Amino acid sequence: MPYKTQTIEPGTELMTVNMGPSHPATHGVLRLILTLDGERVVRAEPVMGYLHRGMEKIAENKTYTQFIPYTDRLDYLAPLSNNVGFALAVEKLVDVQVTPRCAAIRMLVCEMSRISAHLLWLGTHAVDLGAITVFMYTFREREVLYDFFEALTGTRLTTSYTRIGGLSRDLPAGFLDEVSRWLERFTKELDEYETLLTKNTIWIERTAGVGVLSAEDALDLGVTGPNLRASGVEWDLRKARPYLGYEAFDFDVPIGSKGDVYDRYLVRIEEMRQSVKICRQVIKMMPGGAINVDDPKLVLPPKEKVLTQMEELIHQFIIVTEGFEAPKGEVYQAIEAPKGELGFHILSDGGASPYRMKIRSPSFVNLQALPKMCVGALVSDVVAIIASLDPVMGEVDR
Amino acid sequence: MREGSAFRGPMRPASHGAEVTKRAVEAVSARFGAAVRERISFRGEESLLLDGARLVDVCTFLRDDPELRFDVLTDVMAAHFLDRDYDYEVAYLLSSYPNNAVLRLLVRAGGRMGPGSVPTVSGVWGTADWQEREEWDKVGVLFAGHPNLKRILMPEDWEGHPLRRDYPMEGIGA
Repeated sequence: MPYKTQTIEPGTELMTVNMGPSHPATHGVLRLILTLDGERVVRAEPVMGYLHRGMEKIAENKTYTQFIPYTDRLDYLAPLSNNVGFALAVEKLVDVQVTPRCAAIRMLVCEMSRISAHLLWLGTHAVDLGAITVFMYTFREREVLYDFFEALTGTRLTTSYTRIGGLSRDLPAGFLDEVSRWLERFTKELDEYETLLTKNTIWIERTAGVGVLSAEDALDLGVTGPNLRASGVEWDLRKARPYLGYEAFDFDVPIGSKGDVYDRYLVRIEEMRQSVKICRQVIKMMPGGAINVDDPKLVLPPKEKVLTQMEELIHQFIIVTEGFEAPKGEVYQAIEAPKGELGFHILSDGGASPYRMKIRSPSFVNLQALPKMCVGALVSDVVAIIASLDPVMGEVDR
Repeated sequence: MREGSAFRGPMRPASHGAEVTKRAVEAVSARFGAAVRERISFRGEESLLLDGARLVDVCTFLRDDPELRFDVLTDVMAAHFLDRDYDYEVAYLLSSYPNNAVLRLLVRAGGRMGPGSVPTVSGVWGTADWQEREEWDKVGVLFAGHPNLKRILMPEDWEGHPLRRDYPMEGIGA
């Protein structure tokens, strides 16, 4: 019997495919329902919530200080950055200015977490597209950064480093020298990563012109961070609405022109260089003095005083068991986190915990742009697009 | 947004933004006088409490006015109340990237304020789609006219809205 071929007209036979929630290229428990016409994506619908832990509900039932450890588990690739964002929001509510040394240390750890988060993005992005070597390189440097975080906070991941009005501890001896030496080496490492990818034909073929997001769509969908800047919008909260004293530092805001996967790659690579630049300046100007504000009703007293002085003992007891009273009011404070605008929107009815707190997570809002970027792309491009969007599900699902 | 009309830079200083926020407050008060119930200033942030019926008009005006250009909806937060004459308060945080300005709009619904719903602004800013879905999912306030109001963080078959104040911390039936 002769073999008969059958032609299928494009668009007549659609197929629905589940990608995730357990898929190595979806970077966590992200699920996409893809409607395909052959290899082309016709529709993409993200499904989230697999990592939802009810953080905002928990916040209503904890004192402000007790909520700090929960912020570690938002964007778990940059916990220090989340700690700082939350502390700044509560400090705005209670109207407290941190000390110069505290602000400088916070800035240093924020930029170090940006490098750490971008290194993970780069490594996994490259692996997703088949360049496994890069992953080994970036994870080697992340290991060094984790050693720094461990020396500073006592843990690698669940740092809980900030306190309302200060920090949990000062820099360990020799910390800044070690970081300086590493920054020196890391700049050369960055050049090395670029020799592997930036002019690599395969890399360009897989990323250039893929997953384009226009500036109009990016703004309409509320996209922030490197994803917005890659679409050609010059917007960075560190420059626009400076916090911690960023206005006194010299750094550039890299922007892209096309808004494709390749632009998002270039922007993040350059952001790491700029972070190195900021870190160097912070190390050079690191002021001395206290790390905590002098407010016994807000900040825990030093342990040796708690053990010897009655008044300090009472303050410690009250802060730990009851927390501090916050005024009534509504505040919003955002920082430029590695993924974009991380905001804490606090509605206070007085008392020691928020009446309602919304965590405006950059990954959640950015993810809404995914369907727009995927439609018309090939299935293999979806992998590149997700990686370039850099969502972290801990922060999406909260 | 029209192609080529998006803000691209440069960033303006925050002091300019504060000035534009003040102008926006005045412009909304002048144009929608009856709809503005209250003006709140706290920690340098400006909020306007609005009549929910005019919300979409005010948002469209703030987005399209060539002087103001509130082109981004940064955040939507809904809160539930048990002891007030309204059940919900929804806060919309608007940003103008061209002017570096921020303005919060507040709308109340439910209880003596009428039905527990506020009009959707997803027609004004695309980002409101997910943000409103999330707030409905958690708090239960309805966004009237929303094109796709379904669960986003909680499972599809979940009953109740966990961020309501009468929803126990441990969950129902725990």
